[in-house]
Amino acid sequence: MAGSRDSIANTIRVSFLVCLVCAVVVSTASVGLREAQHDNRMQYRQVNILRAAGLYEPGMDLREAFQRIERRFVEFDTGRYVDMPEDYDPMRAARDPARSRPVAPDPAGIRRQPHVGEVYLAWSEAGELERIILPVHGYGLWSTLYGFLALQPDADTVAGIGFFEHGETPGLGGEIDNPRWQAIWDGKRLLDDDGDLAIRVIKGAVPDGATNREHLIDGLSGATITTEGVNRLVRFWVGDQGYGPYLEHRRDAYRDNEAT
Amino acid sequence: MAAAKVTEVLFQPIFSNNPIALQILGICSALAITTTLQTTVTMCLAVIFVLTCSNFFVSLIRTHIPTNVRIIVQMTIITSLVILVDQVLQAYAYEISRQLSVFVGLIITNCIILGRAEAFAMNNSPGMAAADGFGNAVGYSVVLLFVGASRELLGSGTLAGAEILRPVAEGGWYAPNGLMLLPPAAFFLIGAFIWLLRAWKPDQVEEPQFRIAPNSRSVEAF
Repeated sequence: MAGSRDSIANTIRVSFLVCLVCAVVVSTASVGLREAQHDNRMQYRQVNILRAAGLYEPGMDLREAFQRIERRFVEFDTGRYVDMPEDYDPMRAARDPARSRPVAPDPAGIRRQPHVGEVYLAWSEAGELERIILPVHGYGLWSTLYGFLALQPDADTVAGIGFFEHGETPGLGGEIDNPRWQAIWDGKRLLDDDGDLAIRVIKGAVPDGATNREHLIDGLSGATITTEGVNRLVRFWVGDQGYGPYLEHRRDAYRDNEAT
Repeated sequence: MAAAKVTEVLFQPIFSNNPIALQILGICSALAITTTLQTTVTMCLAVIFVLTCSNFFVSLIRTHIPTNVRIIVQMTIITSLVILVDQVLQAYAYEISRQLSVFVGLIITNCIILGRAEAFAMNNSPGMAAADGFGNAVGYSVVLLFVGASRELLGSGTLAGAEILRPVAEGGWYAPNGLMLLPPAAFFLIGAFIWLLRAWKPDQVEEPQFRIAPNSRSVEAF
């Protein structure tokens, strides 16, 4: 009995059968639940887009709220809208040499950037543009921060910021999730009066007498490197290498619209 | 150990032979996921499921498992069960699954599970093995729930998300203890749990490995 149980034939047979049964169970679960998992991931992303835009309320009907959010694709170099297939994923494109380029200089620590990125436009019920929402990411202290930056229709005033994925220290760098810190961003302006990029996260609190308060955001104490990472990634993505040209077009369009 | 009773196998591990408090197994996950009660409860349910099923299935095929590859066969069964749990959580409890992140996957390396498979399930009938798995998982859960509840209450002033002690930051009186949210706090709490348990059941107190001998001469050394 012991001999047959420990024989090579039995070892192979048992190993094979155990693997077969386990493989069937695991793949059934994986395939069967893929749909629900995908929905969850999409929903999570949508919640974070709405949250960054300040349009999220707990318990709201996501599907309905997202009806008014339009996803568009933007070519970074020209800042123009381009048509892409619905399942285009900028993160995946960034890993494909044919559809992306290395970033140099690379202040946000993202290494590669796709040629085409995405933006989300939130429309009011009356059909007016309410928010421009840009996906942003960059390196903090330990990890890459992924989030959204929401702008007012003038493409200059910040409406909100939020990060949906990061691995910063809870209580220190993790405080970038703190709603009170995120609220500081509301109303800050990207550009100064000369049209130069002026928004900046500084170290420590903004001094009371500062003349350019509308461009400055308090750094988080105990999280100097994380907030410097946020500073660099925001400046990168709204700058010339990122969505800068696109935002320039939006500002022009906004001014024309105001003039008429 | 010849004919263990089901009730004994089921209830012994809860206080008398607790896997964490007496065997000091499975500490790592007890540190990582006990900052809030919600994640703790999910983790406990996951471990109860995995441990009960793994013990049952290992015991079911115990007479066929070749001794030289038994650990790999046990691990294959455990791993499959853990992947199953992880997939289900991702599909139906996405928010919690994000908070638990890698720690669901790390149930695979929880020493309690492989320990019970090897020590009990390989030598007992499937029914007994399942009872033993369930009992041990409950024993693990008791400690985890104690740690999780204490850490959330003292660290954030809430229990399962509901506010109990109103923190100063929101106009209350309670200054949350930030240490409670960091891993060392779980060590302190597990230590406290073991202390209380051994005060109640002194037979669990271990014999010291050596004793400090009294000074044999009452003169100074030099």
